[in-house]
Amino acid sequence: MFLLKLLLLNAFRHKLRTGLTIVGLVVAVGSFGLLRTLIDAWYAGVEASSSTRLITRSAVSLTFPLPLSYAQRLKSVDGVTTISWANWFGGVYQTERNFFPQFAVEPGTYLTLYPEYRLSNDEKQAFLRDRQGAIVGRKLANTYGWKIGDQIPLRGTIYPGTWTFTLRGIWDGAEAKTDESQMLFHWEYINESLRQKYGARADVVGVYVLGIDEPQNAALISQRVDTQFRNSQAETMTETEAAFQLSFVSMSEAILVAIEAVSYIIIVIIMAVMANTMTMTARERMAEYATLKALGFSPGFVVRLLFGESLLIALIGGGLGLLLTFPAVAAIAGALGSFLPVFQVQGSTVALQCGAALVVGVVAAAWPAWRMSRIDIVQGLRHIG
Amino acid sequence: MSGAPLIRIRALSKAYQRGGQAIPVLLDINLDVQAGEFIALMGPSGSGKSTLLNLIAGIDQPSSGTIEIAGVDIATLGEGRLADWRAANVGFIFQFYNLLPVLTAFENVELPLLLTNLSARERAQRVSALLALVGLTDRSDHRPNELSGGQQQRVAIARALVTDPHLIVADEPTGDLDRATGEEVLHLMDRLVRELGKTIVMVTHDPKAAARAHRMVHLEKGVLVDEMPA
Repeated sequence: MFLLKLLLLNAFRHKLRTGLTIVGLVVAVGSFGLLRTLIDAWYAGVEASSSTRLITRSAVSLTFPLPLSYAQRLKSVDGVTTISWANWFGGVYQTERNFFPQFAVEPGTYLTLYPEYRLSNDEKQAFLRDRQGAIVGRKLANTYGWKIGDQIPLRGTIYPGTWTFTLRGIWDGAEAKTDESQMLFHWEYINESLRQKYGARADVVGVYVLGIDEPQNAALISQRVDTQFRNSQAETMTETEAAFQLSFVSMSEAILVAIEAVSYIIIVIIMAVMANTMTMTARERMAEYATLKALGFSPGFVVRLLFGESLLIALIGGGLGLLLTFPAVAAIAGALGSFLPVFQVQGSTVALQCGAALVVGVVAAAWPAWRMSRIDIVQGLRHIG
Repeated sequence: MSGAPLIRIRALSKAYQRGGQAIPVLLDINLDVQAGEFIALMGPSGSGKSTLLNLIAGIDQPSSGTIEIAGVDIATLGEGRLADWRAANVGFIFQFYNLLPVLTAFENVELPLLLTNLSARERAQRVSALLALVGLTDRSDHRPNELSGGQQQRVAIARALVTDPHLIVADEPTGDLDRATGEEVLHLMDRLVRELGKTIVMVTHDPKAAARAHRMVHLEKGVLVDEMPA
């Protein structure tokens, strides 16, 4: 109890110094959390992937479509339970700044393959019945204040013209990591119009989504699919959904590595600042530590004093930084909109922030604690702090 | 004062190492101090008087020789046992008081008792008694920066007494005090010897302070040159 009392009193003896050190810790730990959250957001698509979904696309490039005729052959591949397809629409809602993902999908099978998009049965049926219907995720609906029945016009960029959809449903993600920033509508609605106006562009899909029986069969089934279409006009590349999502992340790998490096450098910097604070503190109190040792207190007591004070300051600053991460992330999420659909603090980030604060507290006190535990009492008593 | 001495020093020497060279500070000191005696160590700057005091207090180790205090040769004790010995047997009065600034007078006096097995109530009783002895009961909840120099030194004296040690070591106890306050402190130290039978070894430059002692011990260039009654 005395040890706790003494280190509490000592920690706030120099209020300005301790206050500024805590502010530094708040900024450092908070920034660390923000950067980690940014990295996690980049991998959100990978995290949300299902081990029972494969993505089949053109082996040449994602921008090359695949024939609709592949659907029947894909259904017959051993291990494939369900197939669906999707085309990236890339339309503009009001202005180019209002970016959100839009896919033309085969609705019935797509919703079967994505059970994490939770819709009421009424909304699902309304969507399936209306060829011009669309469904959106809750986050997207809230961003633009959309309600069921609203007309949503999109200016096509890949598919010319203005396309108007009727909002028939709003899904809620089954988990926090489920994307709620997308808009889905009927592939047939787009294809029918293409067939009338641009016949050659009709009856093609961007990607096929395959449901498989067992996750451990993913590699085998992928091979079966691609073997089927080898040496055809449109060779395929089939991979797990996670691998497909990772391919997008890998385009930004250099940036992500840089962000991760910066996040750790911030912690190293605050560690150096904190170490300076504790070294100054220890030097000023050398005579006090020598007095304690003269009175019979052990070197271990002095070590515990210094470590305790350092950890207390680190945990206060780190704790505040951690708490402030949440409103900061919420504010940034609002500003980012649909650019990073899942932008929230993960449990792993919280753990890393706690760990960082702990490491800072321990490392900052290590050298001064070792030095003070070994001070010669006579030399220490002569010291003027 | 008779019988076996409380402090028995034989052939005590101390040298410091400076760049590979041994610098002698004390040379072949022989000294006896009886229980209940008040002795003053005097000498010019660099004479080794503070070094001798530090060795007697157990906060420094000799290069050779023996220091027996109440039958224990403290020169043979390791650091840990020496710390325990100090806690039980020595009270310290420093020139600059060396109170912990974040603790109150009460808490500073209580500090050495935290190394004992006394209960909180027993500790409080002892501390209160000693603060009354030094006349600071009404200042017990004041921090050192709220006390005068003389009051701080009296708190330090109370702290030095709280474990009821055999031996009090005082290094220039009046060095930072004005004459009047210094007199008060010396009068209090007098009482410790007369009324409580404490043994005090004091380093001082002040002849008036030394005059309070039973005996003055003079050192010069690390050698004990003279002993005389005060």
